[in-house]
Amino acid sequence: MRVLAKPAAFIPAAPEEILRPVNPWVIALTFLLGFLANIAPASGVVLALKPDFLALVILYWCIQEPRYVGVGVAWMLGLVMDVGDATLFGQHALAYAVLAYAAEYFRRRVLRFPLWQQAPQVAVLLMICALLVLLVRVVGGAPLPRWTYVVPPLVGALLWPLISVLLQWSQRPARSPSQR
Amino acid sequence: MRHVSVEPPPFFHRGPSPLARLAFFGVLSLVLLFADTRYRYLEGIRSVAAVVIFPLQRAVQMPGEALAWIGTYFASKHVLNEENVALRQELLVRGPAAQGYARLQDENAKLKGLMGVETRYAGAATAVEVLYTGRDPFSQKLFVNRGTDAGIKPGAAVIDEIGVVGQVTRVFPNMAEVTLITDKDQAVPVLVERSGVRSVFFGAGAGRAPELRFMAPSADIRVGDKLFTSGMDGTYPAGLAVAQIDSVDRDTGQMFARITGRPLSGVDRSQFLLVLGSSAAQPPRPEEPADADSVKKGARGKGRRGG
Repeated sequence: MRVLAKPAAFIPAAPEEILRPVNPWVIALTFLLGFLANIAPASGVVLALKPDFLALVILYWCIQEPRYVGVGVAWMLGLVMDVGDATLFGQHALAYAVLAYAAEYFRRRVLRFPLWQQAPQVAVLLMICALLVLLVRVVGGAPLPRWTYVVPPLVGALLWPLISVLLQWSQRPARSPSQR
Repeated sequence: MRHVSVEPPPFFHRGPSPLARLAFFGVLSLVLLFADTRYRYLEGIRSVAAVVIFPLQRAVQMPGEALAWIGTYFASKHVLNEENVALRQELLVRGPAAQGYARLQDENAKLKGLMGVETRYAGAATAVEVLYTGRDPFSQKLFVNRGTDAGIKPGAAVIDEIGVVGQVTRVFPNMAEVTLITDKDQAVPVLVERSGVRSVFFGAGAGRAPELRFMAPSADIRVGDKLFTSGMDGTYPAGLAVAQIDSVDRDTGQMFARITGRPLSGVDRSQFLLVLGSSAAQPPRPEEPADADSVKKGARGKGRRGG
């Protein structure tokens, strides 16, 4: 038995720790929160920095619970995001479906690393997503965006450890008081 | 693995493989993208979904609005006083012009009546507030807080206190999408104030200066010239300020001069905007003379027979 030095709730689960199975409603709730965070109004610097929270949440659940969240769910969430964003129909859907597939492909590998080392891998996945959207839009006749276009995926990767810890909360095993 | 996996071993049936699913949904997305860019089939679905999502959007905005309200409440009296004085002065400066305007409008209406010209701009307008800027980095859009509930129609011109901001492109029950004049290929027919040269002002997308396209290198345009709407398209009423010329690059080796401008209005800074009512109906297209029509038809018929 390990004695934890810090309060248990906000540190990542140790690799040998066994997580409890997740409640599907918790997954749905986190999707809703991710969507709300995405559609929250922002402008100026905040808008330029704001990562795609929904993509992060989808990525997390695709890695942690591939039985519940896969390509299909990600695709449908992408459609919802397309409406919320008033962008082209199918743009986010395509990006999220590819993200979910990549997550399913890489999940065993990503899970081996501690959270801060997962972040660069997440950055690559989010960047692929962003480039896919860029490709779709430019082929559709949109102008190239500013260079700040690459910033949100990087910010998203930086937030990955924090978001992972938050989402893990519901899955953490209950500890007896003696362990705290 | 830190996860108690209760997945069945792979020899049990688990539906199509992830790759097959990706291929399926990928193709579906591409079909949707194509349908949306080319044919705009999906606007109905979009507006229904937008109505469903609207309450969520409002809910997310509330904390920010509450903070802003608290901020204004505690704004110091000094700042408010200063603003008040400045506004009073501005009112004084603009007063005579406004008084003159009513008289001029009256006179104008009479003259137009005498000449049998229909008024092109009805004058009805809706004041709106910007809800948020579009998140799509590929386009320049704003969302405002009134929609079909206020009788806003797609195509209506949107201005702020200085000049043209953009055009309403989509209308939802409670909000409307405004495409800014800086959006790529958003076109505004303009008139150069100094010389009367007509042109079209094209947006170029985020971070790029809008330009006047297809102007001969000899066109009478100088840096600093102001552009006003010419009213030729029937969308923007004539005489609204649009932009100021920033650079004129006359390379006679090229077919056209490269002329860039800068919007005068606070395109992405204004918080309050005015959506102009739709202009009075355009005069109908002049009908082609009946005999000319028959001649053309005859010619076409002959051609078909010949082929």
